[in-house]
Amino acid sequence: MPTYRFRLNGKPVSVDSWDPDQPLLYVLRDALDLHGPKFGCGLGQCGACTVHVDGAPIRSCTTPVSRVSDRTVMTLEGTGSLDSPDKVQAAFIAEQAAQCGYCTNGMIMATRALLARTPRPTLDQARQALAGHICRCGTHTRILRAVMRAAQA
Amino acid sequence: MSTLLTLSRRELLKAGGALVVTFSFSNWRPEHVWAQTPIGKPLDKPLDPADVDSFIAIHADGTATIYSGKVDVGTGLRIAVAQMAAEELGMPAARITVIDGDTGICPDQGGTGGSTGLTRGGAEIRQAAASARQALLALGATRLNRPASDLTIADGEVRPLSGGAGVTVGDLIGDRRFSVKVDAEAPLRSPAQYNVVGKPLLRPDVPAKTAARHPYVHDVKVPGMLHARVVRPPSVGATLTAVDDSSLKGIPDARAVRLGNFLAVVAKGEWAAVKGASALKATWSEAPRLPGSAGLDRWARDGAIDRDQSVVNKGDVRGALQGASKMLSASYFWPMQSHASLGPSCSVADVKADGTTTVWSASQGTHGLRNNLARVFGLPAEKVRVIFAEGSGSYGTNGSDHVAADAVLLSKTLGQPVRVQWSRQDELAWDPKGPQQLLDLRAGLDASGRIVAWDNQMWLPMQMPGARALLAAEAAGLQQENGRNAGLLSQNGDPPYAADAVSVVVHSLKESPLPISNLRAPGKIANVFAVESFTDEIAYAIGSDPVAFRLSRLTDPRAVEVIRRATERIGWQARVSPNPQAKQGSLLVGRGMAYARYKQAENYVAIAMDVAVDPATGGIAVRRIVCVHDCGLIVNPDALRNQVEGCIVQTLSRALHEETTFDRSRVTSVDWGSYPVLTFPEAPAMDVILIDRPDQPLLGAGEAATAPVAAALANAVFDATGARLRTAPFTHARVRAALAASTRRA
Repeated sequence: MPTYRFRLNGKPVSVDSWDPDQPLLYVLRDALDLHGPKFGCGLGQCGACTVHVDGAPIRSCTTPVSRVSDRTVMTLEGTGSLDSPDKVQAAFIAEQAAQCGYCTNGMIMATRALLARTPRPTLDQARQALAGHICRCGTHTRILRAVMRAAQA
Repeated sequence: MSTLLTLSRRELLKAGGALVVTFSFSNWRPEHVWAQTPIGKPLDKPLDPADVDSFIAIHADGTATIYSGKVDVGTGLRIAVAQMAAEELGMPAARITVIDGDTGICPDQGGTGGSTGLTRGGAEIRQAAASARQALLALGATRLNRPASDLTIADGEVRPLSGGAGVTVGDLIGDRRFSVKVDAEAPLRSPAQYNVVGKPLLRPDVPAKTAARHPYVHDVKVPGMLHARVVRPPSVGATLTAVDDSSLKGIPDARAVRLGNFLAVVAKGEWAAVKGASALKATWSEAPRLPGSAGLDRWARDGAIDRDQSVVNKGDVRGALQGASKMLSASYFWPMQSHASLGPSCSVADVKADGTTTVWSASQGTHGLRNNLARVFGLPAEKVRVIFAEGSGSYGTNGSDHVAADAVLLSKTLGQPVRVQWSRQDELAWDPKGPQQLLDLRAGLDASGRIVAWDNQMWLPMQMPGARALLAAEAAGLQQENGRNAGLLSQNGDPPYAADAVSVVVHSLKESPLPISNLRAPGKIANVFAVESFTDEIAYAIGSDPVAFRLSRLTDPRAVEVIRRATERIGWQARVSPNPQAKQGSLLVGRGMAYARYKQAENYVAIAMDVAVDPATGGIAVRRIVCVHDCGLIVNPDALRNQVEGCIVQTLSRALHEETTFDRSRVTSVDWGSYPVLTFPEAPAMDVILIDRPDQPLLGAGEAATAPVAAALANAVFDATGARLRTAPFTHARVRAALAASTRRA
């Protein structure tokens, strides 16, 4: 079985996969026991599975594991922690910007990517940055407030 | 590598004994989220709702665990219940952990739905806490050698009212049982004394959700667990004729499991199961059985009726209509819609040889699910434990019960724990749907504009008692109940305004195109859409401002207040629609409002909004929404606001975009392209005003604010364009068609 090596949340990892097309999402959740990225559609439509590869947000449900060989992957677990949330997580907590929270992973990872390229986004830029992310509970107002709060932090 | 396992029904019923799997409850709940350990062994506690100990355990360290039968599906129920209990117990809410929906340790308080989480579930726990308070005061009286009437409980300590040394509740009862009954007469704290209820305490699950530490049902892993993906039939009612398991060649440890028409691919790895399910070659015999969603309103109107039922009957509507000086009529239609959970439904089941069964499920009715699974799969109910684990938001009965049945069927067959997660396509195609609703409204007015007659005929699917059929059991040919229930669909069909004669009649259709279930605010969204749109149509017909028209026909001061405050906040100018100054560049702008008293007995909600319509595209932009919401006593204003905002945004999504489409064979809206929901660029600015009435009973808030949304939107579009939208969703094509029709009329 081929082995794939990449950096995950700052540490080198290697995983075996029988299928080079196995989406990164399943490797992260099942082999590496990470629960940040979520399965939402498997079609790259909803954003729940978002992780960063070499600093850019990608949909891990449609990214084959073979594509991240020797690259740097960061998941929600690699940002802040429960005890020490980063500024985006802290903003989501302060705004209570979650209901079921299934989309939260994607929202936070997309926000990090937005703030990395646009540290002071307008509200409209925040809306556009999340345009490909679905929140079904209707927490949009709070999530947008959290993005703007994080930008001020 | 792959083997096809085919069992007859008889073998299936015996199959629970085939293999022995060792597995214990691995204390799966992470300690940082569920901070407390239940007293004794997990299952060694009372469950009878008559016993205080069924609901409450106070620990030696002064913390407490509350066991709630109703569940938190991202709605904030846990924090609100903790606050209600904390208030009675005299301890900070932060010392309370709420465990919800675990049938092994939580009492059965009925399913979570109909906005009853706090009004029934929370109220029962509050009464148990009030009873516990009396027991604690009595224990404190003995310990402190003072009469109980001289004592109070504050900060987790029973202490003299006059001051002086007290004793902690942990000292008094810690890790021991109260062994008292819930006393329905136990006095409740007066709202005037509240210092926990009413505070915007933060939800304990939110930090964990931002840090990937919140335990979802999708995250459950148990030793020896297999992954499965069910291969659903390509069309509704198709039968499986052949399976070619050689198509699984090369997929490690994957095998097909066939039980009648139930087909799944099971593997050690999740990806192998997913890939196997798409690779598996199966032959199905299909026949078109569905009416098709195009023209579903006509299908409903022409459908076979089981019976007609009068749900509101006041005065002589027929006579009043005949005598009216003006008669108006209009028809409204709401389509079938999906719960459309963001995360496809998931469950893990472990059925042991002796029938001992553990199921992890995000069902909103774990106790009911436990009983149904036991019946359908021939398991002893007392040996079946359904452990609630939060899923993706469900908004009613989504696919959670079905996926639990999938997992139980497979685990029982294979003798190993099995995890099943549905695909996106399966969730949108096979979750039970919110039913379509067709309404014909007529109103008679006298010369002064008084409503002398209001007639509402609604076509709804017939409901039948019993549990809803589980897909897996149906496919496997197992005997089960075939109930049909989608909630209280007929409420709010009568106007909240003064009307002399009112009739609401339900025509119960024998058929439903697809299986149905309760979807948030069942029936009420469409009914209020019709009633409140029609109210605006009447106001327009007599040349009245829609707000003035409503206020002059309302007497309840709480109703009047929500309407006044909502329209003041949005800057409502009294005038007749349509907006004489609608043109704003290439757009047409307007405002609309709607009001509802939820279930005609609960929350008062008024919603006003500003919209812009692009006549070239038919696109509607909602620029601003104001909602004024009165649900009596507020338990947690921030959690409440979150729910109200969610109600509004989700219903905007349903009104603007959502329709389950199907052809003669299958559901065709099976991904986020074909079943679009509201996106971030469309999210409106939102202003929610909460009216707190501590002197009034609390009311649930998971649904009420949904009710006026669609009508307020349609009324605003009419104000902007003069075009009346009577069929949801208000797609670009429908808006363009309505604009063309109104231009022709003009």
